[in-house]
Amino acid sequence: MADSPIQRVLGMLLTSFSLSMLPPIIFSFVFDDGTEWVFLQSFFIILAVGVLLWFPARYSKRELRLRDGFLIVASFWIVLGVFGSAPFLLAKWADIGFPDMTFTNAVFESMSGLTTTGATVLSDLENLPKAILYYRQQLQWLGGMGIIVLAVAVLPMLGVGGMQLYRAESPGPVKDAKLTPKITKTAKALWYVYLGITVVCFLAYWAAGMDYFEAICHSFSTVAIGGFSIYDDSMAHFGPVIQMIAVLFMFIAGINFALHFLAWRDRGIRIYLLDPEFAAYVRFLVGLCVIVIAYLVWQMPAMMEGDPDLTPAELMLRAVFQAVSIATTTGFTTDNFSLWPGALPVILIFASFIGGCAGSTAGGMKVVRWALMYRQGMREFQRLVHPSAEIPVKLGTKAVNPRVVDSVWGFFAVYVVVFAVLLLIMMMTGMDQSTAFSAVAATLNNLGPGLGEVATGFGDVSIVAKWAAVCAMLLGRLEIFTLLVLITPMFWRG
Amino acid sequence: MNILILGAGQVGTTAAYSLARDEANEVTIVDRNPEVLRELQDRLDVRTVVGDGAYPEVLERANARDADMIIALTNSDESNMLACQIAHSLFSIQTKIARIRAGAYADCPELFHDGGIPVDVTVSPEALVTKHIEQLVHFPGALQVLEFAEGRVRLVATRAEKGGALIGHPLSELPHHIPNVDCRVVAIYRGGRGIIPDGDTVVEEGDEVFFIAARKDIRTVLSEMRKLDDPVRRIVIAGGGNIGFRLARALENTNQVKLIERGFEQARRISEDLDRALVLHGDAADEELLLEENIDSADVFVAVTNAEEANILSAMLAKRLGARKVLALINRPAYAELVEAGTIDIAISPKEITLGTLLAHVRRGDVVRVHSLRRGAAEAIEAVAHGDSLQSEVVGRTIEEIRLPRGAAINAIVRGDQVMMAHHDTLIEEDDHVILFVADRRQIDEVERLFEVDSGSG
Repeated sequence: MADSPIQRVLGMLLTSFSLSMLPPIIFSFVFDDGTEWVFLQSFFIILAVGVLLWFPARYSKRELRLRDGFLIVASFWIVLGVFGSAPFLLAKWADIGFPDMTFTNAVFESMSGLTTTGATVLSDLENLPKAILYYRQQLQWLGGMGIIVLAVAVLPMLGVGGMQLYRAESPGPVKDAKLTPKITKTAKALWYVYLGITVVCFLAYWAAGMDYFEAICHSFSTVAIGGFSIYDDSMAHFGPVIQMIAVLFMFIAGINFALHFLAWRDRGIRIYLLDPEFAAYVRFLVGLCVIVIAYLVWQMPAMMEGDPDLTPAELMLRAVFQAVSIATTTGFTTDNFSLWPGALPVILIFASFIGGCAGSTAGGMKVVRWALMYRQGMREFQRLVHPSAEIPVKLGTKAVNPRVVDSVWGFFAVYVVVFAVLLLIMMMTGMDQSTAFSAVAATLNNLGPGLGEVATGFGDVSIVAKWAAVCAMLLGRLEIFTLLVLITPMFWRG
Repeated sequence: MNILILGAGQVGTTAAYSLARDEANEVTIVDRNPEVLRELQDRLDVRTVVGDGAYPEVLERANARDADMIIALTNSDESNMLACQIAHSLFSIQTKIARIRAGAYADCPELFHDGGIPVDVTVSPEALVTKHIEQLVHFPGALQVLEFAEGRVRLVATRAEKGGALIGHPLSELPHHIPNVDCRVVAIYRGGRGIIPDGDTVVEEGDEVFFIAARKDIRTVLSEMRKLDDPVRRIVIAGGGNIGFRLARALENTNQVKLIERGFEQARRISEDLDRALVLHGDAADEELLLEENIDSADVFVAVTNAEEANILSAMLAKRLGARKVLALINRPAYAELVEAGTIDIAISPKEITLGTLLAHVRRGDVVRVHSLRRGAAEAIEAVAHGDSLQSEVVGRTIEEIRLPRGAAINAIVRGDQVMMAHHDTLIEEDDHVILFVADRRQIDEVERLFEVDSGSG
């Protein structure tokens, strides 16, 4: 292991990650909440571990192989989930009234942040130190575009190996499409786009009435499709204008970032209109909104019972907000949708399985995979009618490589199996079925809020269920295969 | 530099590999075969685009608009020319290089200009390889003969062997051995490791010696390194493809040439086009055939079929049956290292030979010629010194004043028609062609930077 490039890269990544402990210190001074030592200690601990890992392997010159990519990405996310919890664990000694978080809770919170899930074990957020609240949002922002993609962008020494890392981390069925010839430049371009959208989102929130701290925090979790908020009542804390802005940016962040890059480079929106996945994504969101609005309007009297001042306009906004927030797997809430009538809560949870586009910050199985499965389903119908027809699976006007279609089916099958296993584990811990179902969906799809006991948070579930949820979040973020390949014997055999 | 390569064949892949290693280059490769591209993408930091490189839409997708150079290396001459035309008309790409194999096109250089077919440089791997082998036949004992300054200076690689007058003597004695000859030993490779020689370096048996000399002096210098082989008279060529045929035609008037070709149709076709060479229809690995055709009296056996494994085997067989010297066309560096200096005398690498021509155009500064040596580990470069002593780091300086990186050395200077071997007090003037040897390719960047004209301060 001493001469291993894996150890060297891990060390470098962890050392770089320690820098992310520094921005919260600024806020801890600004708000004078007494957390500066928490973050300073975290910084030094992570820095020390990173350097200790890197130092013995610093001369390792071997190029990264395909296999190393999976190992680095998976272990880095696990290591980050653990070390990212440092501030939560250290905060209890700082005498600032921070709740005594167990190791499980701290890792859960940090993993939920990094994987942009947005499920939380904390409550009473308003009274927590501001710097820690900021840190949670920042975790989501870093996790959104992929912290390793960020590393590929800024660490030129990753070289060709960068491609293996990039591929192991980025979501979607087709991972070879580079925007620019150099992988570093591609990663950089994606991060510039990400940063740009975040800044615009911040300005929009700010102009609509948030103060600058709220705007920073919420722009981070909106563009990352995370769903953490600094308020217990999430986006319901703000007025309709801000909620509409949030809908817009959740929609934007659910689009493939490569499209944003190309649109920006060509200075035109034509590229969006030509993309079949984008078209499917829009149709899916519009369809879902129509269903939710129609159902809620039909059930208006029932909704009025709990909330007599409800106007139709407000109801429609809630419907659209919740539909977009859940379908893109953000997980912001303006209403407790788990109490909505009829099939709506389950429809919304189902929508989160579809999620956003490949190459976006969204979770779920990604629109493009569903589109491909749909096309393939339709092909079977056609074949029944025309048995000797040669029908390629097409996306837009282009035929899709059969290998990609196969991989989509493989992914789907594994997703279902993983879902079932996690569901059973959750139920074994004593959860009722609908809670367990939604808890797995909420974590595996990187959504956040579920139904039943986990509608507002994961604070009350058992330890085993929490660790199962941590696994689910990681599996969801790394799209299962990157993580599961490590436990196959093929991977370790020569 | 943003470089677009069309065609991921042997040459395309080698070019991509060599170019993408440089941080400053952004390489995009276009090919019709997605499998090949996927493999390439795994190993190299390049972008790949699937499609036909001669279609505007594909070039558009490959972002040709931002490309500085297009290198068209597909199998088809016509596609390559068309791609360059499109690159010129639609995307205004500055430098256009195309692989043109057919002699019919290559014989009309006046065709290729911006008003006609806009190709700046035509590359024909077959022609280059043929030329290379031809040189080896002319200079028996040489492993490689590379030209600089239109052939005025040559860099020769040879293996020191018993019988050479200089074996066991330091290099400083060379001028006493051959007083009227101006030459310079540039590098010595012993057991795979490079030595930058000075006067005290002793040449040992088995050393691979690189030296520079004028054409007329090469044989004299070679005789210092090894017992001089007799001039080549009888040549047997295995493989009547593009290279075999060209080689036969180039040599048939000066040597006795036999060419063995497997395909009956092909054998018949080339026999019609050749005047004196004898075309045999048969298998070059057929022992009977080789014996029948007196392989034991052949001076040189060259295996140039498309299958490198077949080349290796038939060359080994020919050697065992008594051919004096055997050459084989081998693309994979691993194979070449395996067999060279063993049973096979010289492994010819078409990739390496072609690569130099491409590299010369990607380089900074005015680099006229690049020869890739030792499977890409070292390079010999011909660069032109421009500017005056204020703008340039080389013009107006003596060689000892020029700050070259370790492992790089200036070996010769060509001024007009005059060839001068470099001495520590030689003064470099404007427009001199400077010939350098760089033992470590990582230093090439630094060497090229020396030859850039600093127009800012001028």
